[in-house]
Amino acid sequence: MPIRKLVPYLYLAPCIVMMGLFVYYPIVENFRFSFYDFSAFSPDKAFVGFTNFSNLFQDPVFYTALKNNVWYAVISIVCQVFGGLILAAILEDPITRFISSFFRTVFFLPVVISVTVIALLFTFVYEPNMGILNSFLHGLGLDSWTREWLGDSETAIFAVIAVSQWQSIGYIMMLFIVAIQAIPKEIYEAAEMDGAGKIRRFLSVTVPQVKEMFFVASLITLTGAFTVFNEPYILTGGGPGNASEVLGTLLYNSAFAKDQMGYASAIATVILVLTLLVSLVQMKLFRTGKDD
Amino acid sequence: MIDLETKATIDYTYNVPAKRRWKKAKIKGAVPLYFILMVYFIVVAYPLFWMIMNSFKTTDEIFSNSWAMPEKWLFSNYSHAWETGISGYFVNSLVVTVSTCLGTVFISALGAYGLTRFSFKGKNALLILCMGGMMLSPQVSLVPLYKLIQALGIHDTYLAMILPYVAYRIPITILLIRAAFLEVPKEIEESAVLDGCSSWAVFTKIFLPLNYPILLTGVILTAYFTWNEFMFALIFVDSESLKTIPAGLMQFRDALQTNWGVLLAGLMISAAPVILLFLFMQKYFIRGLAAGSVKG
Repeated sequence: MPIRKLVPYLYLAPCIVMMGLFVYYPIVENFRFSFYDFSAFSPDKAFVGFTNFSNLFQDPVFYTALKNNVWYAVISIVCQVFGGLILAAILEDPITRFISSFFRTVFFLPVVISVTVIALLFTFVYEPNMGILNSFLHGLGLDSWTREWLGDSETAIFAVIAVSQWQSIGYIMMLFIVAIQAIPKEIYEAAEMDGAGKIRRFLSVTVPQVKEMFFVASLITLTGAFTVFNEPYILTGGGPGNASEVLGTLLYNSAFAKDQMGYASAIATVILVLTLLVSLVQMKLFRTGKDD
Repeated sequence: MIDLETKATIDYTYNVPAKRRWKKAKIKGAVPLYFILMVYFIVVAYPLFWMIMNSFKTTDEIFSNSWAMPEKWLFSNYSHAWETGISGYFVNSLVVTVSTCLGTVFISALGAYGLTRFSFKGKNALLILCMGGMMLSPQVSLVPLYKLIQALGIHDTYLAMILPYVAYRIPITILLIRAAFLEVPKEIEESAVLDGCSSWAVFTKIFLPLNYPILLTGVILTAYFTWNEFMFALIFVDSESLKTIPAGLMQFRDALQTNWGVLLAGLMISAAPVILLFLFMQKYFIRGLAAGSVKG
């Protein structure tokens, strides 16, 4: 009966409509938009071919933003993926079992707090006169190290990146904890019988066993690093000058401050291509790792 | 699924005699581990502690003595923050979060049911579409979404946030629920069908009640996402009266440039609901994050 055949599609229709309209259609549209010049409130669009892209690739701010995104990616991999793995391994070590659930909860807390709250809290941490960081350095007698962290074009982007690390290490740590708990305990016992020390057990048992999660975690952090928007927008707005601009804030400013919607779409296309490239490289690396 | 709490207690009972033998060496080895934990604990906990303490102080006291405990605990900072706008943002966040959670989980459960209990053309394509949806970042679609929301006439309404949130949460929620639905034994369904139940009755009377823990996980993860979402809330809504907490806090900061104690109290009020949700529902939270992370 034809009605019976329709039934599964009826159950799926709401999902298909929602995802099609708000997730997939905009991606296609964005690609098309990047070849047009138009503004937010006018229906007219002018086809400009690759002009948006060639303008973008001649814009020095684009390269500043790209450089900052690359810094974001490198520092996030080191702090979140490697740092998160080390914290997870420590918390899953039998020797910390008395208090590991307490630390686990505290380390995860920043993950659940809204990024706006955290960014505003860190404007106090970085505040030049009475902020936590400068007071701390002052207390240690390191007055020459104190500075206006967010207002100094040399430190602004790193101050912003640090906030993201502070918030997200706990998340990646939790993913690794889940992965480590799935490792059969016999492997650790055998390694211990063979006289392997803590570091040796970490390198020869834990690391190879959590390889899959390592792949997932680096994919999450790298994609996050190239699409980041909230922290730079709230903490510095891309400033001072354009020193802490990232692709996300550049996109936002082009679209909603300068009303260059086509140009903004071109930036979005570049972000999409970058994240896809990252995913492809990751998958390739992971596959080759699997064959060994 | 991994239950962190129960696992942690089982894990370490395996080698009691070996442990005694190595006791001395182990204590020595523990020192650097505890040192790392303590340092990172201070890095994470101190700013949060600082926020709590200073949210009870006057601005003058924050300036002169931000490291000490408050001289006088100014609970009035909290009521002041609540009245200066946080209450409105709070209600908006509540409305948007509850609607998004219900919409996401209901639509995803329907979809997961369709994907697991029927065989039809295009099933695998749909599954791939769901997984692909998880990989796409909303940033990339910002301009077309803005145009779309204008075209639908929902710019500057609750729906401008709720509909995109639901759409972006569906892929991960559907995969989460699908995994649970696959575990439901075929026999239960077959006997219900023999008794004359329609597929809709099987869905509402058997699948939904049987899988409520995973539905709850879906609700919690969606609530966490929605309560904290910033970018869409900033761009798709202009009216002050419709802003949710993350976007509203930006206005709140500008209004309170000089009144830091009240600003910090506002931050505390904004963060509290999700922190409480996490502390009480840790198990569901982590189960969902772990399941959701395994992409593809």
